[in-house]
Amino acid sequence: MSAKSARRPRTPSKARATADFFDLRLYVAGQTTRSLAALANLQKICDEHLEGRYRIEVIDLLEHPQLARGDQILALPTLVRKLPEPIRKLVGDLHDTERALIGLDLRPRAPGKS
Amino acid sequence: MSPRPAPRPVLVHSVPKSPTGIQGLDEITGGGLPRGRPTLICGGPGCGKTILSMMFLMNGARQFDEPGVFLSFEETVEALTLNFASLGFDPRPLLTRKKLSLDYVRVVPDEILETGAYDLDGLFIRLGHAIDSIGAKRVVLDTIEALFSGLSQTGLLRAELRRLFNWLSAKGVTAIVTGERGEDGLTRHGLEEYITDCVILLDHRVKEQNATRRLRVVKYRGSTHGTNESPFFIDESGISVLPITSLGLQHRIFTGRLSTGVPDLDTMLGGKGYFRGSSILVSGGAGTGKTSLAGYFADAACRRGESALYFAFEESAAQIVRNLRSIGLDLEPWLRKGLLQVHAARPTTSGLEGHLSAMHRLIEETRPRVVVVDPISNLISVGTSVEVKAMLARLIDFQKVRQVTSLFTSLTIETPEGTDIGISSFMDTWLVLGNIEANGERTRTLNVLKSRGMPHSNQVREFVLTGHGLKLLDVVRHQGRVLVGSERAFHVGDGSVAARSTGRRSPRR
Repeated sequence: MSAKSARRPRTPSKARATADFFDLRLYVAGQTTRSLAALANLQKICDEHLEGRYRIEVIDLLEHPQLARGDQILALPTLVRKLPEPIRKLVGDLHDTERALIGLDLRPRAPGKS
Repeated sequence: MSPRPAPRPVLVHSVPKSPTGIQGLDEITGGGLPRGRPTLICGGPGCGKTILSMMFLMNGARQFDEPGVFLSFEETVEALTLNFASLGFDPRPLLTRKKLSLDYVRVVPDEILETGAYDLDGLFIRLGHAIDSIGAKRVVLDTIEALFSGLSQTGLLRAELRRLFNWLSAKGVTAIVTGERGEDGLTRHGLEEYITDCVILLDHRVKEQNATRRLRVVKYRGSTHGTNESPFFIDESGISVLPITSLGLQHRIFTGRLSTGVPDLDTMLGGKGYFRGSSILVSGGAGTGKTSLAGYFADAACRRGESALYFAFEESAAQIVRNLRSIGLDLEPWLRKGLLQVHAARPTTSGLEGHLSAMHRLIEETRPRVVVVDPISNLISVGTSVEVKAMLARLIDFQKVRQVTSLFTSLTIETPEGTDIGISSFMDTWLVLGNIEANGERTRTLNVLKSRGMPHSNQVREFVLTGHGLKLLDVVRHQGRVLVGSERAFHVGDGSVAARSTGRRSPRR
């Protein structure tokens, strides 16, 4: 990760180019109501705000428990924004759209929060 | 590894237990932690929670064939590996043999944003995977309260923790959950509400610049347990708990005898001296000859070709050698030969646990046949009498198992019998030195207050330090008074009073 960010030139235009693409990973445990709700909420946000510049990967930890380690997953569902950097983690079923948009940096953060 | 005391018989109605393999802790808990249940270990920062938990896992994997999972919320796997190594234990072979699993759960508050309903299934799956992949029987969660820093919905978190502990019980693993000491309760987030089977409190307090560690079993459902605070210490071989009441009495008994270094004293002790492997207390006021007796005892061992270890808590080695030379004893040759080692330290240089672990280590390294601690009363300055007592109990136990004969001197300020450390019950032989003042002079006396398992003299003798050694003279009675010093010499000399027996006489200094 650090190697990647070191390679990237710190010019505004280039930074914006990479910042455009959203690589998203949604961790769930089985096809529960909550998992499905999280996926539906995520899909909706992406359709409305990220059309054509996102990728969603759904990981079911019941099938791949060893993957919980890599992204330090504790709570489920968890959405991990792999790109653009920095990595962000959104915990919960994304029912609170406002907070989800803030978490994904698609809305400016409330004053007081950097 | 030091030999462990034989396990105590387990009560029939007691809950099944998982031994920790930690010396002392299994004695206090009557066999270990509740098997298949979570135990809460709490205490302030640096109290030893993590080390105790690690010992539980490594002993489990090595001694009891119970693989273990260590899930840390505070330290990376690399840091954990180093910590294990600091206990003289390389976890890597056990990791490759799948007897141990280390994992670091990183909780970074700034990275997490809550956006709706969730549960902790991720943690469950992760832990479950670790347990299943090595068939773990033991689990450590250190310190799970870190979750509270990353997730704000405390109500939900509490419900999930309750579910986690139930789930661990259902899986049948014996778990240690650590918690930081809180202001109001035992832990900051009240984990003691959920873990009710066994709660152990660790404490690290500093009193007059000296640190002491203590351990207490707060509760243990379905089992009797020691409720006292027990001192414990941490050194490079891990944790040792010193149960105050559990002086192991299972060591073998020795009937061999060894000289006290003073022929007259050997005579008082059934003609043969101390029992090998016994513990001897020499108590008395200032200047009554305690160090002299200790010196002759060490000298006698060296003369037999046995090694002696002398812990000096009052004087330097050079000082002791110089002073003993004035009573006809030269320890210098033994020091040069390496038969005698003097380890001098100020009591205040470290806490009690530090002294005890240093003493253990030196005894392990040098394997002496006799040990002198001169004086133990100085150790009181670094601990309360209860701690000193516990420390001595452990030290004596340790030495008896090794067949080491140990002599302790103790400075008593008032009555000789009032040895304020209350340690005389651990001692097999107790010599009391006194100082009688009569007719403008002081005369030293010695008597054997007790000496288990041997006939011994009950007389008070006059104890004389001469240029050629230590002598014990029979006391002389005249008109109902004990005559000592020059008065005695006068009466014995003019023949008006007969000595009660023909004691050896020597010129007084």
